[in-house]
Amino acid sequence: MSGATRPGLRAWLLAEEPTSRAQARAAAWYQGWLKLRANTLAMIGLAILILLTVCAILAPWLATHDPFAQDLAQRLKPPGWEGHIFGTDSLGRDIYSRLLHGARISLYIVLLVALVAPALGLLIGTVAGYAGGWIDVLLMRLTDIFLAFPRLILALAFVAALGAGIENAVLAISLTAWPPYARIARAETLTIRNSDFIHAIRLQGAGPARIVTRHVWPLCVSSLVIRVTLDMAGIILTAAGLGFLGLGAQPPSPEWGAMISEGRKYLLDHWWVATIPGIAIFTVSLAFNLLGDGLRDVFDPKESAR
Amino acid sequence: MNAIEIENLTVWFGAGPDRAEAVRGAALSIPRGASFGLVGESGSGKSTILRAIAGLIPTWSGRIAVEGESLQGARRDRAFHRAVQMVFQDPYASLHPRHTVDRMLSEVLWLHGFRDIDARIERLLSDVGLGRGFRFRYPHQLSGGQRQRVAIARALAPEPRILLLDEPTSALDVSVQAEILNLLSDLRAERGLTYLMVSHDLGVVGHLCQTTAVMRTGEIVEILDVETMRRLQPRHPYTRQLLEASIGLNLGARGAPAPAV
Repeated sequence: MSGATRPGLRAWLLAEEPTSRAQARAAAWYQGWLKLRANTLAMIGLAILILLTVCAILAPWLATHDPFAQDLAQRLKPPGWEGHIFGTDSLGRDIYSRLLHGARISLYIVLLVALVAPALGLLIGTVAGYAGGWIDVLLMRLTDIFLAFPRLILALAFVAALGAGIENAVLAISLTAWPPYARIARAETLTIRNSDFIHAIRLQGAGPARIVTRHVWPLCVSSLVIRVTLDMAGIILTAAGLGFLGLGAQPPSPEWGAMISEGRKYLLDHWWVATIPGIAIFTVSLAFNLLGDGLRDVFDPKESAR
Repeated sequence: MNAIEIENLTVWFGAGPDRAEAVRGAALSIPRGASFGLVGESGSGKSTILRAIAGLIPTWSGRIAVEGESLQGARRDRAFHRAVQMVFQDPYASLHPRHTVDRMLSEVLWLHGFRDIDARIERLLSDVGLGRGFRFRYPHQLSGGQRQRVAIARALAPEPRILLLDEPTSALDVSVQAEILNLLSDLRAERGLTYLMVSHDLGVVGHLCQTTAVMRTGEIVEILDVETMRRLQPRHPYTRQLLEASIGLNLGARGAPAPAV
């Protein structure tokens, strides 16, 4: 903000000799931020995602129409028609407003999956990797079983069993998304497990639970964060796919995949109904991928280890 | 009572046809307060003995006793962790890359039940010659010698009586090596520590240790004191070879290669 505090803050963050725990942690984050900021593509991705979040939060105020209000007289109007920025769909609902409210659903799905799946994968992978022996065999065969199914098919089976709806779609995607994270976490754990800093803390009498949560997890998290960000696009697409197949969000919910599914019938004559939510999905997926690439450069443990 | 006693120690890796014995029938005893060196070339099993004592290798037979208590397998109790600590060879690998010095030391102190953590961290850092400016740094902000000082501070945190030193200077520059060796000998003098130090460098061992065991292919071939070493009067031809190699002159009468043992 004010020019006077800025240099002071910067100096504080870049100090050679931090004087408190908080300063050391803030400085480490700031270094990462500087690295990320240097990556233009990642910053574009981040900007899009921030925009998406703002849109989702402010959806009720930014929307020009009620996303559920039908007006059959105004159905399938092209973009720009009488205040409908992106036109209207087959029931005369404003696509722009539906898109904004749909952003909330997409973010909700992505956040829930991003919280559940990596956590589950991290727990299973690190426990398997650190414990070894029959625990490892048992957990990894379980992982293999889940990995053996194509993701969307398994998600379909879960949703079919649990019933259609957003919560179940999230659950189904999470249950199918964790095995790759478990594999990554286990592989990382195997390399960490035999390093001297783990031996050292074991020699200080630390138990397995403490070692896994405090010493192994911090080193696995960065590669998981990268992987999750890169997978976000896939998660959005799977959610959209479930919506498209009618097993995710249910009408009249403005979920993007369901919107495409609806527009499919009019694709040739009224292209915008399916294309505009399609562009939204594409943009957000791309943004997550760009950010993921940038985060990989920042977090790469092989580089920052030295 | 001896600080460390080892009898007929055999350590192996693998099982069945893959079984490889890294140490065979080793025996040594270290009186309390002494400084004992283990030398030998790479692969001679010297570090393996250290790791077996520390409980990092479960596959061993024979007897290891620390302060009169016999040890079993890889299980070590709290009292052991308070009494025995270890400094590792590579200070770049022995510090957690995402933990600050402060976090490392405070976790260790907390684990050992100390509650005056702040004061103790300051004291530990000044004991190993690091100022308070180093307290909140990450390992990647430290040099090799500074890292090894932090590793030594961590080993000293529980106030151990025995330090296992696994080539503590071999990953460091020569000038830094001398600093760390001096620090180690000062600490021993101040605190009456018992050292068991592994090295491939006879000079380092001769500087720090009163007694030295020479190892070759998993066996201890000779145990000699520092006087015998300084007078260059080893009994075993392999020890003579090592001494010759380290000071760069030929002691052997006829220069004939020593017979294999």
